[in-house]
Amino acid sequence: MSVLLSARGLRIAFGGLKAADGIDLDVMEGEFLAIIGPNGAGKTTFINMATGYLRPQAGSITYDGQPILGLKPRRIVKAGIARSFQLPQLFTEHTVLENAALAIAARAGPWAPLAPLLQRRFRAEAEELLDRFGLLPLADRRADALNEGARKLADIAMAVALKPRLLLMDEPTSGVASAEKMAVVETLTRVLRDSRVTAVFVEHDMEVVARFADRVAVWGQGKIMALGPPQQILNDPAVLRDVIGVAPVGDGAGTGKEGAHAAT
Amino acid sequence: MSRSTEILLALIGAALVLALAWAVPWLRFVMTIALAKGLAVLGILLLLRAGQVSFGHALYLAFAAYAVAFGASVVPETLVLLPLAALGAALLGLVVGLFVVRYREIFFGMLNLALSMVFYSVLEKFYAITHGTDGIRLPPTTFAGQTLSNEAQGWAMLVLALLLSLGFGALIRAYLASPMGQALAGIKTRETRLEFMGISGRRVLLAAYVLSALMAGCGGAVLAMTTRHVTPALAYWTASGELVFIAILGGAGSVFGPFLGAVAYELTRVYAAALVADAWQMILGLVLLLVILFAPGGLWGMGRALLARRRSA
Repeated sequence: MSVLLSARGLRIAFGGLKAADGIDLDVMEGEFLAIIGPNGAGKTTFINMATGYLRPQAGSITYDGQPILGLKPRRIVKAGIARSFQLPQLFTEHTVLENAALAIAARAGPWAPLAPLLQRRFRAEAEELLDRFGLLPLADRRADALNEGARKLADIAMAVALKPRLLLMDEPTSGVASAEKMAVVETLTRVLRDSRVTAVFVEHDMEVVARFADRVAVWGQGKIMALGPPQQILNDPAVLRDVIGVAPVGDGAGTGKEGAHAAT
Repeated sequence: MSRSTEILLALIGAALVLALAWAVPWLRFVMTIALAKGLAVLGILLLLRAGQVSFGHALYLAFAAYAVAFGASVVPETLVLLPLAALGAALLGLVVGLFVVRYREIFFGMLNLALSMVFYSVLEKFYAITHGTDGIRLPPTTFAGQTLSNEAQGWAMLVLALLLSLGFGALIRAYLASPMGQALAGIKTRETRLEFMGISGRRVLLAAYVLSALMAGCGGAVLAMTTRHVTPALAYWTASGELVFIAILGGAGSVFGPFLGAVAYELTRVYAAALVADAWQMILGLVLLLVILFAPGGLWGMGRALLARRRSA
């Protein structure tokens, strides 16, 4: 396996808070890497830095051997890194189908100037995409009329529509009702494995991590405190104590943000 | 609403305008002015889709009007002056746009306002060139090389304005349904997501901005050749406000809105000014308040709701 994304010596601080204080992290091609750690540790900041939204104060990030720091988010997207958001970023006045089609059109561009967005080509691919995510029955709903689980999936579907090599997901299951959580994870795993996407995801639910991740990185105090396969990391007494708190594996960390909170 | 229904409605609307202008000759002038403003308002609608309000689009209208006024002494040919003036306005829109599309909402609106007022001051102060507030009288222009009578020229301008309105209406309708137009609407709700899909929100807005300047330019050129007199008042902030007013009055939901709004606005203005000379602005203000409070979809939204009710009944 080759290294797809490589971060070296990343440093960034917000006021006195050191979100990253010398982060070295390699993402291997084809793996699912989970990043866990307490709230406010800098996990989302890592995604923001890797997608060009934030510039670290020091360090470097290379993707596929090329430095990407300083590139605009849209250049990084074109290079093959897509992201989804903790709070779904959907076009709320558009339908789910239009959201998906717009993402597909964004990838397929340049656009024929006056051909409608929902022309056959984009519509067919959008429907096929939504079907893979189990969202096809909701295709004609407005994006702001979905429940949290569906919004989360639609948000990730829009990132997958860009056909990235690397997908960065910020808490893909936060806000999803606990009963649906594993179904969402199953769907995601299937879709991402099928499309051979390398995935990095920030997650608070250790059950999801155990089920989904090939490797787990523990982010704390601006450093990678531990890195390894889930069975090793999630049974590491130090990690259990400092990051996961008292919650043992399999606790099924509740519903929504509050539940996720409790799990850390 | 289906495409064929909309084409039918557009043709009925055009026929109504022509019939009105034929039945009441002095309304021909009013209708031409209304359509010219409608073209500029169509540009406002485009920007409204992105959630942005320009309080300075009279800049492009006035720029094209003055371009026609200056150009008419060199080439007094309608079919040369109009495209040149409109392209000039579009070019100005590109230059200004590169700067203003970096801003959103109130900052976008106010910057447009400021720039239009700079142009207004230039027109007013450079008396030696622009004749200040006296403005410039235009010589009669030829139409395809023919010197027309006043009557025929009036009809020619109305038909020209009508063709431009139909053409740009169809163009903007297609534009809004295209990925470009849908991304434009995306600026209003989630511009961040656009960027993370690899689309530059600024460029999408810039394209719409230049297009809006082009249409305002067409409107300004028609206006200048119809009134045959241009003054700095064309660029004054109230003229920009009027365009936004008409956009809200007509409704931003469809390309019909701007033209419906412009015709209603001009007719109200003409009749209200004749009936209550001192209070016509108040009447317009009340109408706008009522529209905002009770018909947020504007006149077009009201009309469509009526049509839908009749169909379901």
